[in-house]
Amino acid sequence: MFASIRNRMVVIVALVGLAIFYLFPRPETVRRQLADGRMQDTVMTRVPLKLGLDLQGGMHLELELDESEQVSADRVRDTDLALTVLRKRIDEFGVAEPVIQKVGDERIIVELAGIRDPDRAKGIVQSTAALEFRITDETRALDNALPAMDRVLAQMGIAADAPAGPSAASQVTELLGGTRDTQGVALGDTAAAPAVDSTTTDTAPTAAPTPAPTAGGPVLQSLIQPSSAYGFDPIPGEYAVVETAFVRVDSLLRIPEVERLLPRSVEWRWAGAPTAIGTEQVRMLYVLEDEPIITGDRLESATPQIDPMTNRPIVSFTLDRAGGRRFGAETGRHVGDYMAIILDNRVQGRAPRINSRIDRSGQIEMAGRDIREAQDLALTLNAGALPIPLKVVRDRQVGASLGQDSIRSGITALIAGTVLVILIMMTYYRLAGVLAVSALGLYILFTLAGLSAIDATLTLPGLAGLVLSIGIAVDANVLIFERIREELIAGRTVRLAVSEGFQHAMSAIVDSNVSTVLTALFLFQFGTGPVKGFAVTLIMGIAASMFTAIFVTKTFFLIWLDRKDSQATSLSI
Amino acid sequence: MTRIFANANYDFIGMRRKAIIATGVLLALGLVALLGRRINYSIEFTGGTLVEARTSGPAWDIEAVRAGLGSAGLGNVEITPYGDGQEIGIRVQDVVAGGDADDTQATANAVGAVLDQIAGAGSWERTSADAVSPKVGGELRTQAFLAIFFSFFAVLAYLAWRFEWRFGLAAVIATAHDIVLTICFIAILNLEVGLVVVAAVLSMVGYSLNDTIIIFDRVRENMHRSRREELIPVLNRSINETLPRSVLTHSTTLAALIALIIFGGEVIRPFALVMAFGVFTGTFSSIFIAAPVLLLIEQRWPGIDGRGVKVAGKGTARSATQSA
Repeated sequence: MFASIRNRMVVIVALVGLAIFYLFPRPETVRRQLADGRMQDTVMTRVPLKLGLDLQGGMHLELELDESEQVSADRVRDTDLALTVLRKRIDEFGVAEPVIQKVGDERIIVELAGIRDPDRAKGIVQSTAALEFRITDETRALDNALPAMDRVLAQMGIAADAPAGPSAASQVTELLGGTRDTQGVALGDTAAAPAVDSTTTDTAPTAAPTPAPTAGGPVLQSLIQPSSAYGFDPIPGEYAVVETAFVRVDSLLRIPEVERLLPRSVEWRWAGAPTAIGTEQVRMLYVLEDEPIITGDRLESATPQIDPMTNRPIVSFTLDRAGGRRFGAETGRHVGDYMAIILDNRVQGRAPRINSRIDRSGQIEMAGRDIREAQDLALTLNAGALPIPLKVVRDRQVGASLGQDSIRSGITALIAGTVLVILIMMTYYRLAGVLAVSALGLYILFTLAGLSAIDATLTLPGLAGLVLSIGIAVDANVLIFERIREELIAGRTVRLAVSEGFQHAMSAIVDSNVSTVLTALFLFQFGTGPVKGFAVTLIMGIAASMFTAIFVTKTFFLIWLDRKDSQATSLSI
Repeated sequence: MTRIFANANYDFIGMRRKAIIATGVLLALGLVALLGRRINYSIEFTGGTLVEARTSGPAWDIEAVRAGLGSAGLGNVEITPYGDGQEIGIRVQDVVAGGDADDTQATANAVGAVLDQIAGAGSWERTSADAVSPKVGGELRTQAFLAIFFSFFAVLAYLAWRFEWRFGLAAVIATAHDIVLTICFIAILNLEVGLVVVAAVLSMVGYSLNDTIIIFDRVRENMHRSRREELIPVLNRSINETLPRSVLTHSTTLAALIALIIFGGEVIRPFALVMAFGVFTGTFSSIFIAAPVLLLIEQRWPGIDGRGVKVAGKGTARSATQSA
């Protein structure tokens, strides 16, 4: 079928045309589904070769379910749910060509190329966006439980004892009225300590020396004050803790023996951000009813806005019909009470008073944060809550400048390598070298076009693979040429030597290339982004190199032989 | 026409004892070097945080950075200057608290704060940051070893199918030799082993096998042609006949690798170094390990046609030629 030179030339020219077509940017219509289910067509310029994160800069996140606070019943299902939510959010966020995919059963990869504000993007990905509304506690449950909690703590040897504390502790003292007794709540390490649940030995590093009953006072009662004690309008269930003692109080409250003393009908939550009073900062602690009156899954839409009254950013929201009915009934029952708006287990702003029945719409105060954060919150609320919070297990960020340097060095190496290989081939093979070098040119063209056709991503190791494969790609030609030489020396005519040479070199070319592809496939299977790019380039390179050597070079030889006398005995090879 | 090693007739197989002694010495040296130090795994395999920072001002004062990090509670750090020292890589092994990448992110921020103090905020730029949780690192390391291990068997199976198990076994032993020597090479140069280096090792495996296969293909053909000939002359002749090809292909591959070593940049250099070493050890092992091992196997388990060789892959070799 490819016997005649004309047919062979047609195939080669067609393939070159196709390759050039693939390597030229052209407009392309992309159809995608918007968050609300409509389809939208966007005309975009198709980039011939996508660059990996390491070449254009961007962020690569690997996420897993974070089960430290909430255990998943079905991890695979929850990971799938989280994937859907992330897709919606990132779609709304508006990043060009994001990669959001699952690897294995329980891990999600998010790749956002070329983003400028990685921290913001990370916030959007990681925010659980679990929204709920709860009525603040009016039974003074915490006030009643505090003395008992302090007694338990005292038994454990934790008290407001009085070692010469660091300066942070004296600030606390001043704020709390300067009583020496309340100083030194072992604040030494709290700034650096994690806010996760800790055991007593972790949280009370310096508590032991002084016996609790004599020198120590009740630690929680001294640290947790009703917010009105700081001059705020009183709200039932609202307490204030000096910001510097926030982490310490949090870990004390999480001690199981302490937490148990709070009635089951209430739960406690911290405010999302500290509140300033004068030069100091306090953190609000809320004691809330255990049942939320409504949660975010009844949310229909959320919009960022500037509150015309206060000129501050807010997010206004609308609930669906069923949610609106329930919300209306609950708020109607609780007129005059205070309702905390809780996002990802943190209370947003101070709990507002319910002045009248609220139906389907309401608003969330952003507590002094900017409009962009309001936009992000609306975006995550619209995309829905994550079933389980996510934790980042790998976070890789590449600056755009590093990517450009990498591209520059990769291309320099590519050019230098190609020139060296051409020099070697031309010196050694002369005329046949010219054939091999033209085949090499086609080889590079075909490899790049092939990568473009399968939408592969070019990474830095991929570029290295391309350079390496140029050195290796001539191998097939070398095998053929050497074989032709041997046949010529053995006394065959030129025509016969060429055809025998191609035939005999074939098994070596096939066997050696298949073994290389096999190792590359394993590399592809296990590698992550950049290394996968390497494997793909290598495989594509081998395919292109075999094709150019076996088909293109042979055609060149046939054309050349065709012009000469078929009985020629000399061949410049 | 230019020809190198045109009618070469070296007695490669005759040199096998010397070659094996040389390999033994190299291996011993390598293993001693390996004992002295641990393989330097990158954070991809151990977990941890890597921050790369470039300053526009004078070169980084590494000792000041180290001291600053130390007082920030980050003692276990490794600082590598790149190029003229305006860019550094800071690798922090211990995380601030806990054990997840969330904390390694906190670590990256802590490093940033220290650099702000030393260079002044705004006068330096974080070119990249990578935080890997130890769990992910452990997984990647297991996967890398599995990939090398399984690719080994896949190739053995392919060779057994295309040639014969004797050939496959000899090729795999030669490749195992290459891998061990390459690991020694990595240890001696103290190269950081990350995914890119594993990719280099796997490519090296492919390349070395490729080279062995070219020679074995010729052995297969020559056995087929001259059935009366002894195995030793056949092996020698096959190696000599493929010598011009070997020299040429290795030169072009090395040329490409040298371009990568010089121009390819920090990330690619370890890859190119390992691969360049692989070109040498691959060539050596194809001639001095694979062929003698094949001889040894044939002497130990003789084939059926009295000469110690069952003419292997007769049918498949022919069908491959025909399909061309």
